[in-house]
Amino acid sequence: MSDVTQMSLKAVRDGIANGEFRAREVVDGYLARIEEVDGKVGAYRQVFGDEARARADAVDRGEVSGALAGVVIALKDNICTKAGRTTCASRMLEAYRSPFDATVVRKLEGAGAIVIGKTNLDEFAMGSSTENSAFSETCNPWDPDRVPGGSSGGSAAAMGAGLCSAALGSDTGGSIRQPASYCGVVGMKPTYGLVSRYGLVAFASSLDQIGPVTRTVEDAAVLLNVIAGHDERDSTSADVGVSGELPDYAAGVNEGVEGLRLGVAKQYLSDGNDEAVKAAVDGAIEQYEGMGAKIVEVDLPHTEYGVPTYYLVATAEASSNLARYDGVHYGHRTEKARDLVDLYATSRAEGFGDEVKRRIMLGTYALSSGYYDAYYLRALKVRRLIKQDFDGAFEKCDAIVCPTTPTPAFKRGEMVDDPLQMYMNDVYTVNCNLAGIPGISLPCGFSEIGGKRLPIGLQLLGPTFSESKLLRIARMYEAANAFAGECAVV
Amino acid sequence: MANGLTEEDVRHVAKLSRLKLSDEEVGVFAEQLGAVLGYMDKLKELDLEGVEEMAHPTNMVNKLRLDEVGASLDVEEVLANAPASDEPYFKVPKVLGDGGSA
Repeated sequence: MSDVTQMSLKAVRDGIANGEFRAREVVDGYLARIEEVDGKVGAYRQVFGDEARARADAVDRGEVSGALAGVVIALKDNICTKAGRTTCASRMLEAYRSPFDATVVRKLEGAGAIVIGKTNLDEFAMGSSTENSAFSETCNPWDPDRVPGGSSGGSAAAMGAGLCSAALGSDTGGSIRQPASYCGVVGMKPTYGLVSRYGLVAFASSLDQIGPVTRTVEDAAVLLNVIAGHDERDSTSADVGVSGELPDYAAGVNEGVEGLRLGVAKQYLSDGNDEAVKAAVDGAIEQYEGMGAKIVEVDLPHTEYGVPTYYLVATAEASSNLARYDGVHYGHRTEKARDLVDLYATSRAEGFGDEVKRRIMLGTYALSSGYYDAYYLRALKVRRLIKQDFDGAFEKCDAIVCPTTPTPAFKRGEMVDDPLQMYMNDVYTVNCNLAGIPGISLPCGFSEIGGKRLPIGLQLLGPTFSESKLLRIARMYEAANAFAGECAVV
Repeated sequence: MANGLTEEDVRHVAKLSRLKLSDEEVGVFAEQLGAVLGYMDKLKELDLEGVEEMAHPTNMVNKLRLDEVGASLDVEEVLANAPASDEPYFKVPKVLGDGGSA
């Protein structure tokens, strides 16, 4: 048997289904590699070894079946599982045991998948480097001195290092696509509402979306097939697939797109982009042209207003969502409270890290009397303009092609004391969330720095519910290049 | 600082946010949040006359489920996460009294 940890999800699934190897061998293979290399990467917060082995044995006995039977999945630790803890990498939820499974977890397990563990993240998904985890550090599998990106840094690092067959992350402003880009894997943020948020610990409810982190584009399609669809437990869940009309995202993924029109926006190709990133993205655009795509220029004039708009909307929503952590119902409670108000304020001061405090205060300020119009309402209006930019662009093209991030992974510790600089890193990813459209990042080469190969991500953005086409466009590029399926040597 | 967030502002926002801060934290946050808010002022460059606000990316309206009793979480399981409880209640310290301590 070849090394399962280097295979795609589809190859693992098919190998088990065809009797080439057993699910137990797959689980044992991943557990051995986690044991061997995760001390250096730090992708996982919890590993469910015994449970995963028992479930693999059930698959091998034919008791568990489905589209993902025996496939080994890692979950970002802000997705609720009855198994283990759901900590959000916060002291606030250090001991929290969810009394229910998220809808995506029920769907994965219903399809026969094996949840092998939960991955590290920036506390409450607030960050772009996973350095805001209250508990541990995660390294980029391609260069341990660099960040894996964030906030789904653990999921992307696990995928990049070959520690799972696929993972789930959550993306509020780029938190799937940016770490996928930094770790050399595929990461997709679906259209807002396509995947149920039930059981995803809320950060910014109008932006949050769960999505796949995988080795290949086809794997993302296979995983999306399982997790997408309407859920009555999420009132913002889109009315798609209610009576079974969801597309099969994997079915036509290899077919390419006839008469493809790809949009290029000057606002995403700034001179500020790293040289290697610029060259890789220009190269990708040329390749698409060579495959027959028509390249059209589109204008997204409000792009530069995305970061300030995003950080007002996201923090305003966060300040409301995180009000639930009161030291009463669940989560950390101080031992030093004098009365009820002091119990709230001290429990929260002890339970939250600095970045979470900053964002709660920023959001509270933006929503507070006297500042609401100047900050929050203004941001909601600019959000409309950003959405209109995309609407106009998609009249001329099927998808926009651009870099996922301006640079490859940055060094650990480089930006921890400068929140504003850290926020700027999200310039190419946040507008997708503000508009609610889908986006995917896929590997598009490497930047060689200091003897290390640092992955570069190509981002494709499409109109709402264009996932099938977006995946096919991504697959066209992947199929023409050798980057797909390359795993970091850890 | 373009925006100038004072320590007084930070104390006020911390109180609204129910976050107890040390004097040192107040100083650091005033500087960091001031820089971020200064950057947010970039949005003032735009003429937003007549632009409709967009709070949400979908066109959905409120969805109401039928008012029917269904399965809910088990009380014992839920209270297992509570820092202090006395089934079926959550326990809190005294509510009345001096108050306003945050």
